[in-house]
Amino acid sequence: MTFDEKYFDIGRLDRLSYGETFVHRLDPRAKVIGTMLFLLTVVSFSKYEIAALAPFFLYPMLLVTVGEIPVRFIIKKMIVVSPFAIFIGIFNPILDTRTAAVILGVSVSTGWVSFLSILLKFTLTISVALLLIATTSFSGVCHALRRLGFPALFVSQLLFLYRYLFVLMEETMRIIRARDMRSFGKRGTGLRVFVRLIGILFLRTVDRAERIYYAMLSRGFAGDMPALKRSRMVLRDLAYLSVMIACLWVFRFFPITEGIGRRVQELLR
Amino acid sequence: MHMADALLSPAVGTTLWAGSVAAGGYASMKLKERIDDRTIPLMGVLGAFIFAVQMVNFTIPGTGSSGHLGGGMILAILLGSHAAFLVMASVLTVQALFFADGGLLALGCNIWNLGVTPCYLVYPFIYKSMVGGSKNPGRILVVSIVSVVAALQLGAFSVVMETLLSGKSELPFSAFVLMMQPIHLAIGIVEGFVTAGVINYVRSARPEILESMAASRPIGREVSLKKVLATFALLAVITGGVLSWFASTHPDGLEWSIEKVTGKGELPQHENGVAAVFKGFQEKTAFLPDYGFKPAENELKKEKEAPPPWPGIEAGTSVAGIIGAAIVLGMIVLIGMGIRVVGRRQI
Amino acid sequence: MSHHIVEFKDVFFRYPDGTQALGGINFRITHGESVGVVGANGAGKSTLLQHMNGYLMPASGTVTIGDLRLTKRTRQEIRRKVGIVFQNPDDQLFMPTVFDDVAFGPLNLGMDEASVRERVNKALCMVNSLALRDKPPHHLSCGQKSAVAIAAVMAMEPDILAMDEPAANLDPKSRRSLITLLKTFKHSKIIASHDLDLILDVCGRCIVIGDGVVVADGPSSEILSDRALLEENSLELPLSLQRR
Ligand SMILES: Nc1ncnc2c1ncn2[C@@H]1O[C@H](COP(=O)(O)OP(=O)(O)O)[C@@H](O)[C@H]1O
Ligand SMILES: [Mg+2]
Repeated sequence: MTFDEKYFDIGRLDRLSYGETFVHRLDPRAKVIGTMLFLLTVVSFSKYEIAALAPFFLYPMLLVTVGEIPVRFIIKKMIVVSPFAIFIGIFNPILDTRTAAVILGVSVSTGWVSFLSILLKFTLTISVALLLIATTSFSGVCHALRRLGFPALFVSQLLFLYRYLFVLMEETMRIIRARDMRSFGKRGTGLRVFVRLIGILFLRTVDRAERIYYAMLSRGFAGDMPALKRSRMVLRDLAYLSVMIACLWVFRFFPITEGIGRRVQELLR
Repeated sequence: MHMADALLSPAVGTTLWAGSVAAGGYASMKLKERIDDRTIPLMGVLGAFIFAVQMVNFTIPGTGSSGHLGGGMILAILLGSHAAFLVMASVLTVQALFFADGGLLALGCNIWNLGVTPCYLVYPFIYKSMVGGSKNPGRILVVSIVSVVAALQLGAFSVVMETLLSGKSELPFSAFVLMMQPIHLAIGIVEGFVTAGVINYVRSARPEILESMAASRPIGREVSLKKVLATFALLAVITGGVLSWFASTHPDGLEWSIEKVTGKGELPQHENGVAAVFKGFQEKTAFLPDYGFKPAENELKKEKEAPPPWPGIEAGTSVAGIIGAAIVLGMIVLIGMGIRVVGRRQI
Repeated sequence: MSHHIVEFKDVFFRYPDGTQALGGINFRITHGESVGVVGANGAGKSTLLQHMNGYLMPASGTVTIGDLRLTKRTRQEIRRKVGIVFQNPDDQLFMPTVFDDVAFGPLNLGMDEASVRERVNKALCMVNSLALRDKPPHHLSCGQKSAVAIAAVMAMEPDILAMDEPAANLDPKSRRSLITLLKTFKHSKIIASHDLDLILDVCGRCIVIGDGVVVADGPSSEILSDRALLEENSLELPLSLQRR
């Protein structure tokens, strides 16, 4: 991915997070907790589990549809980050070749089963993480973290980072464009120029931090970043969390998929 | 290299989350004691700086491939351990959210590998002790390369350990290490060059910046190596303790990988051991033995002539599983489409 | 009630690298006055404004705001009286949403939640930007950003408003609405700018500085029509006067 693509991607994800749907309106804390529980439940399945993971796709599907998030965009972003999980997972079918089952005459090795399991888990965990930020404004997530007990200093770092992310990405983009305009082909994209670019950008960043500090001082800053309590957990949020936990419980401990499959098998017979 | 959710077990994931949260709490506490007010916006904007710079690719000399900056060491040199760690943690958090680099569960691991390692391990013990107060560009270059290489090697090794302890991958320890470490050696050398280049450039262009940064950092003069060391030992003991507690209650991951590390049990041999462990694990987790679907499963098992080698994935079950999965996924897609249609009508 | 005067007496300032930016500045601004500070690039306008708030402290000479002399001790109090709007609104809107940003000052004053909300709404109304309340700054246009930056300063209810190049990045329409807005404020104003038409429109009095000293001080209509004086200081007649 080029710099520009990444930049526009962040911008797009950020804009999605300011939507006005039911999911967007849920309390960020509830969503953060719900997401973490979801992730823990998904990765808690053994490495040979496939079928039991199917019901979990309900959650990303609901987020995408109720939150009105473009599916293709999320899938594209997932593909970009997939290499590491695939790279590590692909060794399973190579190294673990015992037969797990013979389906329609084709023998499937346990390695393929565990690889598929990794892929499913990857899809679930990454999509849910992306959908969290696509349906919750970043500052919402930060306030949630603050109220879940994360240190104030860390949360204010996150807020500053987010605020100046776009400003600095634009500045970086301008510098890169200036570089690319004057570096014909490969020359000029080397390490030396890169170091110089970072150096200049760094100096500008420090100067900017100083100006920001002045602006903060002029508005009474004395070391603490004040914040208003904004949202409170209402019935809707508690309901969301309860349903979430109930579903996770059921999906984790009852083999629904297999049960349905077996009933259908019996019916067919 | 970012650790990924899909390769993690809950035990390893939560342990490293706990470790990273503890490190974050420690850093905030330390910083709060005597932070210069102006460091607060500086840290935040530098986080955005690192984030933006990481998005820029540069050509790695001689190879034609491209790399990008990690940033942990630059931050540590400029801001000191505590502030640099908090900035790194926030950069990784934003990456986990906006790029899904690794994922949210693996965020704990990534903060540990790419934040704690360079800021609390390599910076105080390698960079600081070797550079001292020297301003010699050559010395800074050499030490930067050594430090960044060390940080990346440690980070890559942590990824290996976290993956193996989680037990989702079949890769044997030795092969995994051989794959990860050399790649990170190359990346480390380049990043070392970049780190030293930036530090030296800033020192020559605006020396006062480095001085004022060094003056405003809370650690600084009175950094006591002993204290840092003691904290580290404590963290390591706690992490080790938690890990081994998890390992003893959930032997699934650890035992299996240790077998691989020691080279005992070639694949066919340790099949039994793993199978047994696996079964035990399943029995432990299935604490609702009488749920609705169980009888059917038992009946099916009885019909089988030979006991299946792998509980849970024998043929009968897997066919049912595939049919069921198709139906469940079909239903989910239908629900999704239904919601979309209803949503459009309302507009 | 104190008179909101601003007084610079023999103010000298030297940057750490040795640049002498102010070389004995003298002027006095009384309550309710609107003053433009003009001069070439590097004349010392920004440096001067930064003294009004104690970001920079005079090497010698005195700065007096109201009845307080600027010292390290009085600096906090003076910052409440003087609101400075800097050139780049991005540096000034440092919070994640417009609301949070405008609320930053009032919250630091220790106000309770209800009054903070009231202040924020009032300040945003003043600059016609109430609708932007929940937006993040990076979704705003340049003109919107500068309006919100002004609101953020106005929410502190300062006695004196100081602005550094307020119209530098604005398109003609945003610049026009800024001028209209500035004319509605009854505060004492000090505006540093190259935009002489804006100064002519908004400020009754004009101070020209060159190389860190006051070169001329008088009614805008007189100073800004003095072609020789302006050209000596790398400035030009305002467009509105050129046509005559
Ligand atoms: N941070 C700084 N360090 C050193 N010199 C500076 C700094 N800022 C400004 N100067 C110098 O001080 C002089 C006045 O600058 P400034 O007040 O910014 O002028 P203006 O705002 O009128 O363009 C200029 O010569 C400038 O180069
Ligand atoms: Mg200026």
